[in-house]
Amino acid sequence: MSDEQIPTRGQVPPGRETTVAEEQPIPETTTDAAVANERRRGPETPNRSHAVLNEILGGGVMITILSVVLALVVGAVLIAATDKAVQASAAYFFSRPTDLLGAAWATVSDAYSALFQGSVYNFRRPGFADGIKPFTQTLTFATPLIIAGLGIGLSFRGGMFNIGGRGQMLVAIGIAGWIGFALDLPAGIHVIVAVVGGMVGGALWGGLAGLLKARTGANEVITTIMLNYVGFYLIAYLLRTPGALQAPGSNNPKSPPMKDTAIFPKILGDQYNLNLGFILAVVATIVVWWILSRSSLGFKFRAVGENPNAARVAGINVGSAFTWVMVISGALVGLAGVTQILGTVTTGFSSGIDAGIGFDAITVALLGRSRPWGIFWAGILFGAFKAGGFSMQAAAGVPIDIVLVMQSMIVLFIAAPPLVRAVFRLPTPGVFRKSTPAVRKAQVQK
Amino acid sequence: MKLELRGITKRFGSLVANDHINLTVEPGEIHCLLGENGAGKSTLMNVLYGLYQAEEGEILLDDEVQHFQGPGDAMAAGIGMVHQHFMLIPVFTVAENVMLGHEETTVGGRLNMAATRDKVRALSDRFGFDLDPDALVEDLPVGVQQRVEIIKALSRDAKVLVFDEPTAVLTPQETDELMLIMKQLKEAGTAIVFITHKLREVREVADRITVIRLGKVVGEASPTASNEELASLMVGRSVDLVIDKAPAAPGAPALVVKDLSVVDQHGQVVVNSVSFDVKQGEVLAIAGVQGNGQTELTEAIIGLQDRVTGEITLDGKSLRKLSVNKVLDAGVGFVPEDRNEDGLVGAFTVAENLMLDRSDGAPFVKAGGLQLKYLAEFAKKKLTEFDIRAQGITTQVGRLSGGNQQKVVLARELSRKLRLFVAAQPTRGLDVGSIEFVHSQIVAARDAGVPVIVVSTELDEVTALADRIAVMYRGGIVGIVPGDTSRDILGLMMAGEPAPETGAAA
Amino acid sequence: MTTVEQAHAAAHALTRRPVAGKGWKAPIAFGVVTLLSLILFVVFARPGTSEFRLTAGRTLIQLPVIAVPTTLSCVILTGLMAVITVIAVMLVRANRRVPLWLVAIFAFLFLAAFLAWAGAGASIPVYGLLLGTVALSAPLIFGALGGVISERSGVVNIAIEGQMLAGAFVSAMIASITQSPYLGLIGAMVAGMLVSFVLAAFAIKYVVDQIIVGVVLNVLVTGLTSFLYSTVMTANPQMLNSPPRFQRIEIPVLSEIPIIGPLFFQQTIIIYLMYVAVAVVWYALFRTRWGLRVRAVGEHPQAADTVGIKVGLTRFWNVSLAGAVAGLGGAYFTLGSVGSFQKDMTAGAGFIALAAVIFGQWDPIKATLAALLFGFATNLQNVIGIIGSPVPSEFMLMLPYVVTILAVAGFVGKSRPPAADGKPYIK
Repeated sequence: MSDEQIPTRGQVPPGRETTVAEEQPIPETTTDAAVANERRRGPETPNRSHAVLNEILGGGVMITILSVVLALVVGAVLIAATDKAVQASAAYFFSRPTDLLGAAWATVSDAYSALFQGSVYNFRRPGFADGIKPFTQTLTFATPLIIAGLGIGLSFRGGMFNIGGRGQMLVAIGIAGWIGFALDLPAGIHVIVAVVGGMVGGALWGGLAGLLKARTGANEVITTIMLNYVGFYLIAYLLRTPGALQAPGSNNPKSPPMKDTAIFPKILGDQYNLNLGFILAVVATIVVWWILSRSSLGFKFRAVGENPNAARVAGINVGSAFTWVMVISGALVGLAGVTQILGTVTTGFSSGIDAGIGFDAITVALLGRSRPWGIFWAGILFGAFKAGGFSMQAAAGVPIDIVLVMQSMIVLFIAAPPLVRAVFRLPTPGVFRKSTPAVRKAQVQK
Repeated sequence: MKLELRGITKRFGSLVANDHINLTVEPGEIHCLLGENGAGKSTLMNVLYGLYQAEEGEILLDDEVQHFQGPGDAMAAGIGMVHQHFMLIPVFTVAENVMLGHEETTVGGRLNMAATRDKVRALSDRFGFDLDPDALVEDLPVGVQQRVEIIKALSRDAKVLVFDEPTAVLTPQETDELMLIMKQLKEAGTAIVFITHKLREVREVADRITVIRLGKVVGEASPTASNEELASLMVGRSVDLVIDKAPAAPGAPALVVKDLSVVDQHGQVVVNSVSFDVKQGEVLAIAGVQGNGQTELTEAIIGLQDRVTGEITLDGKSLRKLSVNKVLDAGVGFVPEDRNEDGLVGAFTVAENLMLDRSDGAPFVKAGGLQLKYLAEFAKKKLTEFDIRAQGITTQVGRLSGGNQQKVVLARELSRKLRLFVAAQPTRGLDVGSIEFVHSQIVAARDAGVPVIVVSTELDEVTALADRIAVMYRGGIVGIVPGDTSRDILGLMMAGEPAPETGAAA
Repeated sequence: MTTVEQAHAAAHALTRRPVAGKGWKAPIAFGVVTLLSLILFVVFARPGTSEFRLTAGRTLIQLPVIAVPTTLSCVILTGLMAVITVIAVMLVRANRRVPLWLVAIFAFLFLAAFLAWAGAGASIPVYGLLLGTVALSAPLIFGALGGVISERSGVVNIAIEGQMLAGAFVSAMIASITQSPYLGLIGAMVAGMLVSFVLAAFAIKYVVDQIIVGVVLNVLVTGLTSFLYSTVMTANPQMLNSPPRFQRIEIPVLSEIPIIGPLFFQQTIIIYLMYVAVAVVWYALFRTRWGLRVRAVGEHPQAADTVGIKVGLTRFWNVSLAGAVAGLGGAYFTLGSVGSFQKDMTAGAGFIALAAVIFGQWDPIKATLAALLFGFATNLQNVIGIIGSPVPSEFMLMLPYVVTILAVAGFVGKSRPPAADGKPYIK
């Protein structure tokens, strides 16, 4: 596919599809540039509705949906292939092939119905209030994914690749947790202080990577990965040190439970786990949306993320943008950690409390294409996978690890739209250009 | 070896970069391919070199049709190319660069460095190059790097040698030396294709000239043709780059630069104790061969360079040590020399790019929030005012043509009250129509009383715009001369020779 | 690309030079460490004597146990560190670089002081420390070599972790089924390669950001191996997850040499393979046609293209090779040390290997040394944990990561990645 393209300087940013003609510098000769433009646009205009259809079929939304479908198919194959009944029937496949298909169908439909009933609506429960419980569970699982995903997505937009979610969460949890179990504060204030404390912790840990990048040019991918481990061992140390985070009178590396005053209130009553954290997730989505598309700060983040050179020449302080985007990113990831210990697991935490959310958030941010509302829905989808994954494990005996496989598959497929299009034989957006004889010939030659 | 191109046609989408081009180059001949930037010369040579596949037409070497799938095939057939953007690996030695792709090896794929060193020395001696095969390429001056490129091509027994805009990065002396080398090669029977848009060079070495415009061969000319003839062939009409401008009415000195020196990140002095001033309502052009400190000088004024000594004052206020932001706030407008890299955010819309350097405070930002309504109105106004041909204000700037992109930069920089306007290579890579527009805007700014600095490596542009000309060479200013100084004198100054009666002329 | 842009790009490429070594970072770092050493080892001195045992009990040749008074040796060593700091300051003042060997000596002194201090009133088994270092570093070294090969060709390899984990899983499975650890090794290489295929395909063909693919691949492999472990392996651990382990092969005579013998001549085949791999990768990278082309593609793909080197293909196969080498590192877990596959058993070793690549400046030898340093820090924590450490073990475990952060921030050496590392090549 590369032969038809013109050398471009530097790299094509990830996920941004550029069609051939866009990369091609327009001949800046004596031609009036406008004429060239007209020539270029010529074939596009007459068939606008066709173009719109193309955009929908080949564009983002469709690719996302198809990627999810593909991942579910891959998951189904895995589930079926590892199932004992299916394997047994495969042994005599040639004598009775329908057995295999039947067994596979039964296994997969069992698993996926458990996935659905564990994440959206449980038909076996009487009444709506009980039936909808899985969905509230989905939202509960989605809460930290959304918030951390927003943090990671924000850093992507600012040109920083924050892989340090784990470290930022753990440090935030350390601080917020300590505030939560050690301090005595009035009900409302305790929550606020703990949340703020946690966010500050995450902000510090994230900001450190930003500052190192700004001051020394240290690659943030490396520093954030390394800070994950530093944070992990730091918290591990504090958790086994009496007087720090360890529960008094215990030998386990675990903190005491949070005080009631610091725990997030449940928003739908005590029968549901859904808590204040989800409200915070919605608020965070709105705030990040505002920052990115309506604020001067977000404008600078985006400018630096897209083209740091031009940003610098335009008087934007690139180093400070790097630092601040990581501070905010870290604060959000930290908040995600706080929602865990003050909302979901309030009985005390150990060093595994982050539960891989820091890494899941990367996939959430990628699935949401680093846009706040995209991340919100991606977080809910992955929350559903998580909630449903547990019930799938319990009801159908499918290990929850399959969820990781499906999540990563979705992100891989989304990152490579041409692959998904090839699988489903969809048209390529702007296909008229690629189907010019010129290119066809080039492809044949390859 | 005789090279023949027959009816070469190369399209990019709906765009025809080469339209049935015919070209014949005989052995021992220097054939000039003359054309403006973007006329399709480089595309043609990339087709010849196997980097692109042509849709139609054929390439013949000694009357045999060739089918190049990639540069490897072209090289094997005896075609060598001296790329304008050197295809050398900076961290490799000369010998490693020369051998890359056709390495001589001993047992087990071990590189035979000794043989390559000998080869480099032999070729280098033949042309009097004095190349050390073990020198790291990144440590060599640009002119020497070009010789490595030449050796690289010759070491592959190239019988047809293509020089793609080889003089763009050379000083006049280095250019002269290159001309000699080309003549030497020609004597040895090499067929040479020399791509350029500089008329003087063409007339000096060419045996035959083919002029390309808009992807088509528009004519052949002999080296004895006059500059005017060649130029009009090249651009399709008689060119008159001298724009009508009233004589300058310079006011008080606005920008005063005194003993300015810049040390770059490698610790080298790139601007060396430079002093000049720019008066209100005049254009000071800074001329010179690329890479003689002009870029760093403008960057120092804008605040983009860290290690700056000396004084920069604008209307009595010091600009030195101010951040870029503060310099812009002080009323400096800046058009960077590489608009894609430094001037625009390609993925941003036209509107967003129009507020790129004013993302703090009024009128675009209030209380930390963007004033999108105001921005939209502003952008619409600028679109018409600067004749920016875009579908709308939400079009991505990366999708515009170079001329329109540059208009966006100009619209942004000229839309606020300026106390100084600095334009670096403002018309690089633009079509003639856009060049005229940009020039008229610069003159308009001058006429409005703004002091203007124009940095350009093109003498045509310098003489068209300048009221005074400062020539830079190796980080220093050779001299400051009046705008109507002859090109010959400017050429000498660009090579480092002080102008006659420099002091008096300035 | 317009000609003008090319010119500019050329100018850019040409002006990019290594930053001159006129840095105060080294002397400052020396000063800080010396001060730290002064505070820890001298001010908070621990009384007693420290013993260093150089040989294990059972070897033919026995070296005497070295016993030194703790406080005195700490004072002397810290003093020497101060001297080196002064020398470094003088060097930088004279506009000269601080040579690497000086840094090495300084590091050695600090280490010796630390060991003396930590080992007060105890006996430190030096041979065990070194032997354990090799064992712990082996997977890191394979991983780092995989990283070096891939990144030298211009593809960032964040997926080392995934390549290793896949290697660990498949080698356990194949070695269990066939009862041949050698087939397990081959299986590990194939598994690592398969992960690399995905990385290469997405990075090169679909031009997806290499870091994204790497991160996601790690998640994918973790999920996949854990899933298959839970469903397939645990169903029949006897048959599927009890691989035979490699036996030590002692080389006669040489293995009796104190310290060196156990390190180099009393190892399993996989460790011998590792020593060979380091040498071969270094030689191949810098002395052969293959290496020249790999480096060319990683530095300046367009230049490589114009001399007829197929950039995409070169990268594809080298990323695959990198995966195979990293897969060997995974096999070390199952066939060399642990003896069976466990969920997520690489536990971040791939990321430490990545750190070693960067700390080792993309050079196979230096990356190996970095991996050894990291292995050493981990093992030191183990050993000192046994004799009763004055430093919390978590801080010892943190060390590799902190050192790497300091390295990428330019406080330790300078990192100059291959120029086109991480950048897709589009013609």
